[in-house]
Amino acid sequence: MSGPSTYQPTNPALQWIEKRLPIIGLVHSSFIAYPTPRNLNYWWTFGGILSFMLGVQIVTGVILAMHYTPHVDMAFNSVESIVRDVNYGWLLRYLHSNGASMFFIAVYIHMLRGLYYGSYKAPREVLWILGVIIYLLMMATGFMGYVLPWGQMSFWGATVITNLFSAIPYVGESIVTLLWGGYSVGNPTLNRFFSLHYLLPFVIAGVVVLHVWALHVAGQNNPAGVEPKTEKDMVPFTPYATIKDGFGIVCFMIFYAWFVFYIPNYLGDPDNYIMANPGVTPAHIVPEWYYLPFYAILRSIPSKLGGVIAMFSAIIVLAFLPWLDTAKTRSSKYRPLAKQFFWMFVVVAVLLGWLGGKPAEGIYIIAGRVLTFCYFAYFLIVLPILSRIETPRAVPNSIADDVLAKYGKKAASAIVALVLAGGLMAGGAQSAKAADEHGGPTPPSLSWSFAGPFGKFDRGALQRGYKVYKEVCSTCHSMSLIHFRNLADEGGPGFSAAQALAVASEIKVQDGPNDAGDMFERPGRLADPFPKPFPNENAARAANGGAYPPDLSLMAKARNYDRGFPQFVFDFFTQFQEKGPNYIDALLQGYVDAPKDFALPPGAYYNRFFPGHAIKMPKPISDDQVTYDDGTPQKVENYAKDVSTFLMWTAEPHLEARKRIGLQVMVFLIIFAFLMYFTKKKVWANAH
Amino acid sequence: MTTTSSAEHTRRDFLFVATGAVAAVGAAAAVWPLISQMNPDASTIAAGAPIEVDLAPIAEGQDIKVFWRGKPIYIMNRTKKQVEEARAVPVSSLPDPQTDQARVKEGHDQWLVVIGICTHLGCIPIAHEGAYDGFFCPCHGSVYDTSGRIRQGPAPLNLPIPPYAFVSDTKIKIG
Ligand code: FES
Repeated sequence: MSGPSTYQPTNPALQWIEKRLPIIGLVHSSFIAYPTPRNLNYWWTFGGILSFMLGVQIVTGVILAMHYTPHVDMAFNSVESIVRDVNYGWLLRYLHSNGASMFFIAVYIHMLRGLYYGSYKAPREVLWILGVIIYLLMMATGFMGYVLPWGQMSFWGATVITNLFSAIPYVGESIVTLLWGGYSVGNPTLNRFFSLHYLLPFVIAGVVVLHVWALHVAGQNNPAGVEPKTEKDMVPFTPYATIKDGFGIVCFMIFYAWFVFYIPNYLGDPDNYIMANPGVTPAHIVPEWYYLPFYAILRSIPSKLGGVIAMFSAIIVLAFLPWLDTAKTRSSKYRPLAKQFFWMFVVVAVLLGWLGGKPAEGIYIIAGRVLTFCYFAYFLIVLPILSRIETPRAVPNSIADDVLAKYGKKAASAIVALVLAGGLMAGGAQSAKAADEHGGPTPPSLSWSFAGPFGKFDRGALQRGYKVYKEVCSTCHSMSLIHFRNLADEGGPGFSAAQALAVASEIKVQDGPNDAGDMFERPGRLADPFPKPFPNENAARAANGGAYPPDLSLMAKARNYDRGFPQFVFDFFTQFQEKGPNYIDALLQGYVDAPKDFALPPGAYYNRFFPGHAIKMPKPISDDQVTYDDGTPQKVENYAKDVSTFLMWTAEPHLEARKRIGLQVMVFLIIFAFLMYFTKKKVWANAH
Repeated sequence: MTTTSSAEHTRRDFLFVATGAVAAVGAAAAVWPLISQMNPDASTIAAGAPIEVDLAPIAEGQDIKVFWRGKPIYIMNRTKKQVEEARAVPVSSLPDPQTDQARVKEGHDQWLVVIGICTHLGCIPIAHEGAYDGFFCPCHGSVYDTSGRIRQGPAPLNLPIPPYAFVSDTKIKIG
């Protein structure tokens, strides 16, 4: 992208085009002949990884938009019908929702790499600032995307974040009303967020073009931080950088696939599997993990306006980095002090992220203030002073020299540090989600047939669980997302189509109007959803002492409890995703006599595992209540386990397909990664 | 580079080809879900299940329009005259030769069940209009007869017959 190209195609047709639009030359000079420093390490592949992720997000996003309905009454269910009914909808949705997290993981590594190697220094200031702009756009896009599923966290996240603007003196309230298009977050807000969430990625793509353009004008920085001097310092982009980036991308895809196929809800919030309810705020509001450090900064400042200013400053300060750090030496490799402070900064940022997920009380507030100070001190005090007092080590004469003086080792420890750091941050979010569940024992972890990479549902348990649901739970709880046809779906309870139809035709469904304009009743069909026990929420409340028995379709994904540190780090590796079924199972068996000193409110029952212990649901099931035909003992213990299994299936009907395809994808990616690695070695063998 | 032997060359080329082939397979497999998602989803398929229609209220010479899979289906109770007209035409003179008998169910000869979508470009023809007392498509003037066969105009084919069967004398099941 720098200057007119000298490239001339040999094909006459291409020559004809090239004379009129030198696009082939542009591509050739930017991505083929473009000289790239030969000492780039794998941290430099994150630029390519980010481009790849942007592409994935745009493609999956455009597809999701084909099936999504941006309306407050339909958005939540339309997302669920994507996941349940659209061919590979579950895959596309999980690719997109986890893709956002992968995008941010990659961008944080990319930014820290820039910070460590001084990639923002002259002549790359504009390149860096464009990067900060992309990051800001990503944050806005990610936030608006998170609102679209219209779950509880979507709604309350939208409310809290838009309310940040109310801190602006005088005009704050009007700005917030303007953002909402109403007097609260509502349908107009959802519609505009959808529109902007579709637009912004293309704006990002545009700024990425500028970013790459600026990169190709200034040239890439490199681990040594010295400018290239001779031809010997450089290799052409293709094949050298292409193949190396390609290998980096494949490795990143393995990491990404691990989330998508095995722990797709690890980074999500269970509350978002509950439809938005403007009348009830979740006990503990946490943003997505990638905003947590800034959320912690916001909360550390004891003033509304101050907090908002601090939060935005924490990002804006990055744009001034080229002028805050004026040290001549670019790479921290040759700056003994800067290097140490860099790692301290990383720790501070991660701890801030962890704090952002903690409730704002007690020691956490103090820690938050100290760390907020450290965060800003790094940019405003440490870097300016260091650039004046630090004596750097001698930098290599040239890139070629740097290559000869092979470094190494450090990358490995850095990866370990980053993985730990990321785990800690994710864990912060994890523990925050359950922080409100004070007291009460942790539900025991049961062994589930559907856990782990080869997990499958136990058909017998699904069928028995359905029986328990139908005979017991369904008298009060609806299950609106499940249709009779689902009983015959692959990976489900294994009914035949005829059996499912027989079940459906047992019920009467109101239909109509007929030609005479009357409503009439007909037998249920496969396409009908499970019937609701009550015509509406008010009727349900009236019949249940004021409590609303929640819909059970997604219950197994909407309930959670704290696993604590370091358990949640292991959970990433063991693919632990069974908090919901563990909790439901424990709850159903958790009815015991209240301790003497426990003041049980009238109309409530004591349950060991229910948050706060006072549950409105009476003990729902006792031994021998439901008849099992297959000889399974008719004990509460078995009822609980079977119905939990059934609820896991209703929450995640394509779980088996997900794990099966996951295995295929994993095997493929690992083979491909090996091939890429050896190809890369062969290609680079020529360069050494 | 200059010293590489030809054996090493072959090995290297093999590696490159293998990697490229695996990449191509992966890309093709990744495209599959992206295309497949465009097909009707499970709820649409379930909603397209067969429907039953009661014929009792349709008097001779009248027709009704029902929807199945989003398509309008004309159910016409033809008069004697209409049936005779349809059967009197020499089949070979038709643009899309087909006997009336082949377009109705035996024993239920007065009932014509056709998908009411013009075979030209998909407009909905109007029943009981046009020169043949069948259907007339207002879009570009295609004319169908009382058997739903194309007689005049740009449409190439007869109105298609949906899959259906008589459940009883006064009830059909479409689909
Ligand atoms: S669509 Fe009916 S005549 Fe063209």
